[in-house]
Amino acid sequence: MVQLAMENEIKEYTVTIYTENQIGLLAQITNVFTRHGLSIWSLSAGATSMEGIHNITIVTAGPEKKVKESVQQIEKRVDVIKAFYYTADKIVYRELCLYKVSTPALLEFGDSEALLNRYHARIVEMNKIFTVIQKTGYSDETARLHDELKNVGVLQFVRSGRIAVSRAEQEPVFKFLRKREKERNQQLNK
Amino acid sequence: MITGSEALWQALIDEGVKTVFGYPGGQIMPVYDSLCKYRDRVRHILVRHEQGAIHAAQGFARVKGEPGVVIVTSGPGATNVITGVADAMTDSTPVVVITGQVPSAALGTDAFQEADVIGLTAPISKWNYQIRSADEVTWAIARAFYIARTGRPGPVVLDFTKDAQVGLTDYHFEPCNFIRSYIPDPKISEQAVSKAVALLDEAERPFVVFGQGILLGHAEDELKAFLEKGDIPAGSTLLGLSALPSDFPLYRGMIGMHGNIAPNLMTNACDLLIAVGMRFDDRVTGTVSTYARQAKVIHIDIDTSEIGKIIPVTTGIRGDAKKVLALLTERMQPRKHPEWNTAFDRCDTVEKERVIDPEVHPSDGLLRMGEVVDCVAAASGGNAVIVTDVGQNQMMGARYSRFRQTRSFISSGGLGTMGFGLPAAIGAKVGAPDRPVCLFVGDGGIQMTLQELGTIMQEGVGVKIVLLNNNWLGNVRQWQELFFGCRFSETRMLNPDYAMIATAYGIRCATVTDRRELDAALETMFADDQPFLLDVHVLEEGMVMPMVPPGKGIHEIMITESEWYS
Repeated sequence: MVQLAMENEIKEYTVTIYTENQIGLLAQITNVFTRHGLSIWSLSAGATSMEGIHNITIVTAGPEKKVKESVQQIEKRVDVIKAFYYTADKIVYRELCLYKVSTPALLEFGDSEALLNRYHARIVEMNKIFTVIQKTGYSDETARLHDELKNVGVLQFVRSGRIAVSRAEQEPVFKFLRKREKERNQQLNK
Repeated sequence: MITGSEALWQALIDEGVKTVFGYPGGQIMPVYDSLCKYRDRVRHILVRHEQGAIHAAQGFARVKGEPGVVIVTSGPGATNVITGVADAMTDSTPVVVITGQVPSAALGTDAFQEADVIGLTAPISKWNYQIRSADEVTWAIARAFYIARTGRPGPVVLDFTKDAQVGLTDYHFEPCNFIRSYIPDPKISEQAVSKAVALLDEAERPFVVFGQGILLGHAEDELKAFLEKGDIPAGSTLLGLSALPSDFPLYRGMIGMHGNIAPNLMTNACDLLIAVGMRFDDRVTGTVSTYARQAKVIHIDIDTSEIGKIIPVTTGIRGDAKKVLALLTERMQPRKHPEWNTAFDRCDTVEKERVIDPEVHPSDGLLRMGEVVDCVAAASGGNAVIVTDVGQNQMMGARYSRFRQTRSFISSGGLGTMGFGLPAAIGAKVGAPDRPVCLFVGDGGIQMTLQELGTIMQEGVGVKIVLLNNNWLGNVRQWQELFFGCRFSETRMLNPDYAMIATAYGIRCATVTDRRELDAALETMFADDQPFLLDVHVLEEGMVMPMVPPGKGIHEIMITESEWYS
């Protein structure tokens, strides 16, 4: 029973997926989440340092069994290279936030420099009308800064999806790709 | 330089394709036009509805073990094959579907007969790809066949834009045998094999459940050797049928909702359950929480995502069934389990007396479905390829057919597609022209794809159609009687005169209403290789028994409407 309770415990997971650069693959991946009734809290996608290989990072929450099942079914897609899921303690991750505030209001606020320093945030653009503040970090920190900036008045706020690296020394996908390269050569030599 | 359409035919030929099933239309016309040049090398079977094409390709693939090929037009042509694509996905059937598509410049504009085929088929296909240039044709075809036929097979959809069909390309074909992100034949874990061997050597009451993976992996001989060395009894899933001959001594019948009593009951009595090439469908397990809880479980499958999905495993072995079984057989100790094997006999005796004999040898009354299937098995000498539709005809066909050779049972298992039977039987006969192909179909299912009688007529496909006609949607009727208080909601069917329909298509036919006419009718039917429709009027209220009712454990088995096995 204890085991069953653990299996059903809803936890946050970060899913990291490496794929070939194929049209429609993102839709296939999000379909698997939909099918398993898992909602996507955040999503970020982009090219990796390896040519033609893309990385997709998805934050979701659910029972581990469901998440594991989804990750296996995602990895089963022909053009998906590898898919992993992690709890927060197994990765280093960040999100990026941009806050647009009114410049006069910010100047009036007075203590803005101390506030931004406290949050390791910085100004990326400032003009007479508005100022854009950038902060990277965990979602609770970025949310706290948002709360504090409410006194100034936030005109616009956007948050990126999470990006993450695993705490393993080397991404397992590199090892996998090297192995596959060797196997391809063996295949060709046959 | 040749056109993309010509490259398509050339590449199909280079992949070894000799038969395709299809239906022309606006956005695939260049492909059909080029077919004129390749007629001597490719047989095109014109169906009457695109659903017929895909089910025929499935029947063809299942009987031959090679991908079936479907060619249809865009929009409605493509959406009409979707049921079959989903069916092939659930039942791991290799098919390559080529759909026409509007010119790439018109994509996304709601052009005439445009449908988002890639979006529609992505969740139900193993792989799909839109060919937008003639230069991609050979690459896409080679890759499609490689993906469809390797690993856990499945359907692949190629969406072929019209400009790619008419565009020019240099033809150069190179077969695909490597995709870095795709590992069809995984390396077998030494550790998992050792653990499994230890479990096998310790087991006192081992039991094997096998599925279509044995057929797909050509592992029939390895399975036999494995069972014989370990003296292990075995049960088959619906789609695993015919992998072992029906009279193989260690074969103990079919598992699942309407399976045999012994293998179902013994699943919950064994101390080691060895599952090979099967996926613990809910129709196999009944309630999962009471399924084989006492047993250690070894699950062998080529698809990692199946291992542990439904039933927790003691050891999972990812790999090709043929190789894994050979390894296990080589390494395990020879064993004898006389008492354990005898334990199955008691259940068999009860099933024979209480279920099988009354169904197959009723003393009087109207003809029964099981009786008809049994007579067909006798008349065909057990050599026929049996195709079924879905429902009672399917369960009776599965329970009472007898098999001598592999790849002799074709049915829509996972998706349960009514209307599958008739076109699948056409495909099976085209794929196995030297064998009798016999279809069991109900009066509901036959009307879902009845138009394919036209295909049979035009192509002269010698399918033997045995219509188990009870004027009901029998399986749903059975559930209504058992679980819905006999409220027969929309299951009564007024039937046409099937003999007249068959005659209209020039198909010979006979109608049998009396037991005494059946053998003679079957003799006439099997006397030659021509198409034949046998309309057998059977007992209207016939039920498939035994039955593990929905929501019950696999050991809770009804043997009649009011009695449980005990």
